[in-house]
Amino acid sequence: MNVRTFFSTASAWLLALLWISPLLYAFWAAFHPSEYATQFSLSAPFTFEQFERAWQQAPFMRYMLNTIIITLLILACQLVVCTLAAYALARMRFRGRGVVFALILLQLMVVPEILIVENYQTLASLSIIDTYWAVGLPYFASAFGIFLLRQTFMTVPQDLENAAKIEGCGLLRIIWSVYVPLAKPTYFAYALVSISYHWNNFLWPLVITNTSSSRPLTVGLAIFGAPESGVDWSVICAGTLISIAPLLIVFLIFQRHFVQSFMQAGIK
Amino acid sequence: MTHNRNFSAWFLMLPALVLLFGFTYLPTIKTLWYSFFVNVPGVQPQASLDNYRYLFDDEVLWQVLKNNIIYTAITVPTSIILALLMALWVNAKLRGRGILRLAYFTPTILPMIAVANIWLFFYSPEIGLLNQLLAFFGYDGYNWLGDPNLALYSLMAMTVWKEAGFFMIFYLAALQNINTTLYQACAIEGAGRCYQFRRVVFPLLMPTTLFVLVNAVLNAFKLVDHLFILTKGGPNNASNLLLYYIYETAFSFLDNSYAAVLTVVMLLILLVLAVVQFGVLEKRVHYR
Repeated sequence: MNVRTFFSTASAWLLALLWISPLLYAFWAAFHPSEYATQFSLSAPFTFEQFERAWQQAPFMRYMLNTIIITLLILACQLVVCTLAAYALARMRFRGRGVVFALILLQLMVVPEILIVENYQTLASLSIIDTYWAVGLPYFASAFGIFLLRQTFMTVPQDLENAAKIEGCGLLRIIWSVYVPLAKPTYFAYALVSISYHWNNFLWPLVITNTSSSRPLTVGLAIFGAPESGVDWSVICAGTLISIAPLLIVFLIFQRHFVQSFMQAGIK
Repeated sequence: MTHNRNFSAWFLMLPALVLLFGFTYLPTIKTLWYSFFVNVPGVQPQASLDNYRYLFDDEVLWQVLKNNIIYTAITVPTSIILALLMALWVNAKLRGRGILRLAYFTPTILPMIAVANIWLFFYSPEIGLLNQLLAFFGYDGYNWLGDPNLALYSLMAMTVWKEAGFFMIFYLAALQNINTTLYQACAIEGAGRCYQFRRVVFPLLMPTTLFVLVNAVLNAFKLVDHLFILTKGGPNNASNLLLYYIYETAFSFLDNSYAAVLTVVMLLILLVLAVVQFGVLEKRVHYR
């Protein structure tokens, strides 16, 4: 262990500590009585009271359910829509393929968040404001998903498809039983990226939801934590932990997969 | 037969194209169209260039653009340098690299809104953790989010904290793809570590840097969640950013036609970024 390695290790750990300190602090505040929110002492009593109060002051259970439904609805629709488009772009020769692909990639730049004003109008005219579908619709056709799956489908050997054709499989059958199983790792990676994105998404749900019937956790938390609501710090921290707990647990269990998924998504 | 194949290809792409048309292309075209109309109470919207004339006189817009540029110019390089440093550390054989990677990456996974709540407490004037720390060392505290000179920088600190770990992942992937024989060659040539990094590792990381750079700049324009919790763009627009200003104009001031013009400004910025990405930088990056 020479001086240089020691110095690197020490700085790396110091930065890591700095990086998780906000989370550590939230745990401290949430599990201790309010008067200990600003003072640290080893004798501070341990309590679940903050969680009970947060639970009573906002319909977190409902928000959680909304977030789970929205996230899964978006993921399910994305997988279907993107798979079909990705197959056509990867394996079929048709006129205007390049143009279509370029148009789809345009959405990587012009993300739905930027068009909130117009998209709100569109959904208002369909009169489905404040529903799960309204939160999800702009995200179903994901350029990123189409691009990722197209890259994967292009690596599938053509012979497999030909064999399936000889067996008399139709187009959808070929996609379902040849391409989808071989692209499983890509689907998994994309699912992790999509879930973490939509679990955390805020601006669009804020615009399009009005009541707790469709409001996701992030929007609920923003209302809950607003200074004018007069909730104290420890309770806000407890609410924050309630909101991030499911995602954090999934992340800690699958952290290796998470890291690899994000890597894979980045390389392509 | 070709006709048939053509038909099934379009049929497969239909759902995606309809959705993209409805939520990306059409809104973009409509935004452009409506930016040339002014709302007059009681009558049909009038076609005029007033919105665009007002753009140049709108001091808030210039303030917001300036903020966004400063915000981008500081957060992007800082995040990237930190990300590279983190990736090098995690990639080196340091002790507990798994834990280090986890610690760096965790902020990325958490919702911006949730962590902004915690940061709000760090920054709060009376009881905030930062000011308490300063007081402990005998310094006066600052009003981090209430002081026009500090608010934007306080936002930046949180942004860098949130983004760096995300970009680290891409550098890590790139570092693991570098062939180890290159390091051996460096060792045989007797190259120092700095030289090795400057002349071998860094050039190989260039494509990743480009990818991260574009993503970071995009994020700097499209991620404004923390403003809702920390500053609401205040004090007096000192920490306001373009997308938040669009949101305010449309949903607080209820001025849709001006919001359309602001959205056009945003789309132009994105267009410039796209051109820079595909045009200029592509040529300059050294690929293997």
